[in-house]
Amino acid sequence: MTKYTDQGKQDTRSGYGAGMTELGRTNPNVVALCADLVGSLKIDTFIEENPERFFQVGIAEANMMGMAAGLTIGGKIPFASTFANFATGRVYDQIRQSIAYSDKNVKICASHSGLTLGEDGATHQILEDIGLMKMLPGMTVINPCDFNQTKAATIAIAEHHGPVYLRFGRPKVANFTPVDQKFEIGKALMLNEGTDVTIIATGHLVWQALLAAESLENQGISAEVINIHTIKPLDDKAILDSVKKTGCVVTAEEHNYLGGLGESVARVLATHHPTPQEFVATQDTFGESGTPEQLMEKYGLNNKAIEAAVLKVLKRK
Amino acid sequence: MPNTQELQDLVVQVRRDILRMVHKVNSGHPGGSLGCTEFFVALYNEVMDLKDGFDMDGIGEDLFFLSNGHISPVFYSVLARRGYFPIDELNTFRLIDSRLQGHPTTHEGLPGVRVASGSLGQGMSVAIGAALAKKLNGDDHLVFSLHGDGELQEGQNWEAIMYAAGNKVDNLISTVDRNGQQIDGATEDVLPIGDVADKFKVFGWDVLEIEDGNDLEQVIAGLNEAKSRTGKGKPVCIVMNTEMGNGVDFMMHTHAWHGKAPSDEQLATALEQNPETLGDY
Repeated sequence: MTKYTDQGKQDTRSGYGAGMTELGRTNPNVVALCADLVGSLKIDTFIEENPERFFQVGIAEANMMGMAAGLTIGGKIPFASTFANFATGRVYDQIRQSIAYSDKNVKICASHSGLTLGEDGATHQILEDIGLMKMLPGMTVINPCDFNQTKAATIAIAEHHGPVYLRFGRPKVANFTPVDQKFEIGKALMLNEGTDVTIIATGHLVWQALLAAESLENQGISAEVINIHTIKPLDDKAILDSVKKTGCVVTAEEHNYLGGLGESVARVLATHHPTPQEFVATQDTFGESGTPEQLMEKYGLNNKAIEAAVLKVLKRK
Repeated sequence: MPNTQELQDLVVQVRRDILRMVHKVNSGHPGGSLGCTEFFVALYNEVMDLKDGFDMDGIGEDLFFLSNGHISPVFYSVLARRGYFPIDELNTFRLIDSRLQGHPTTHEGLPGVRVASGSLGQGMSVAIGAALAKKLNGDDHLVFSLHGDGELQEGQNWEAIMYAAGNKVDNLISTVDRNGQQIDGATEDVLPIGDVADKFKVFGWDVLEIEDGNDLEQVIAGLNEAKSRTGKGKPVCIVMNTEMGNGVDFMMHTHAWHGKAPSDEQLATALEQNPETLGDY
């Protein structure tokens, strides 16, 4: 098993920007749209190199989603990007009718998801977006864990025909996945093999899960860590194979426990292999202003929270 | 190219289709459909440059987007009679397992429909996207769209209207069906829309008016005039005055038939006023 190390902190949104830069150079059908947040989405290079393939829509997200749907007619592959809150909740019906129900090949790319947006506070910190997007028939939902994986996911979804929700974040976090790792939509990644408990994490919580596993190992607890970057379609087999071995599971995500990864895992387990599960997620609450680290601590979304959840679930085996 | 008499016959036949479709399932929207019959007949049989065959790749032909999807009966009838799908399929409107859903959708694979519509206010954005794709592809064909006047109450339209003018989307012709009615009553009573032409002009569009959108020759002339104004740096808007329920006397001058089907007797009366021309489905 590879021991993962932080190659240097980077933000996942810059992974998106790097992926877009590469797509701009390799796929002439890729076009980008943005609603007055170009700097935040890190797509300056794409725009500089492909000005004719970029559409600045202004602060008008509903129009952006509709335009993205229309651009697919004639073969374009639109990447529509803004903050996660404005890319989902604000425009749910536009996504539902003009994109999902209309089977349009649009990539909705959402930065600043979750609490780690930080100081702007709850108006901008969406913790419901995974639920909103996974409920839409035909929508693929991806939440990569670091810079390298976000870049790889950005490139991979251009090759996938159908609507995709790609979710990433603002702060600089550990970049630990291999730079050349192939991104397979719907394929979970085993990061650490273990026998006592399965930790299934997505997004920023994957690194926290690895930190927790290391600490647990020092306490004599063998934790298996699985990176679920694709929440829909979910890799049921990877989850079941692991849980059949360990007998208990902790899910970890920067999202409300209602509607998130944890509930998707619970559905798989309830259907095929009922198993004790603990949820590391926000507890049906809005966020607030603060630094990312403070917020993740206060709302129980870090390695310490995962460790505590593991100790709790082990007692339920 | 069909002559005007053939198109007039088609108009009457499409009216019959609309009435029979909504009557059969006792649901649907005959009023706005009847009001836009001349527009659809002209667009699909005289105005748009359509390629042979009915593949839906959207390249190398003019495109149309219906934003006010509830007037699906007229859309379906005109598509079927243009050859996009079998005319007999109009029999399945709003029935279980049909491709002719209450509101148009691509989801069931019905040829001629390019986006789902029904939740209002979204069509112009989609049309703009398609128009931009044409520019990127070096395809000099046009994009047409139709919008209800009540639909302009949806804010997304104004995002789209602002975008299209600001970005010189000049291969787009958006028509507003100015029938002055919506479900709850007259548009000016429900939420005043005011002068539609002035509003589009102020946003930077080139605007023209079709005084009587139920006069086939005026509709053809207006659409052709709009085509001649494309490619000049501005999107083109047509404000088209129509009468909801046109062609059926008791359905006109009221909003009552926006979303209501006729009874057996009412259907018989309405069909008497529109005698069969090209053959019922």
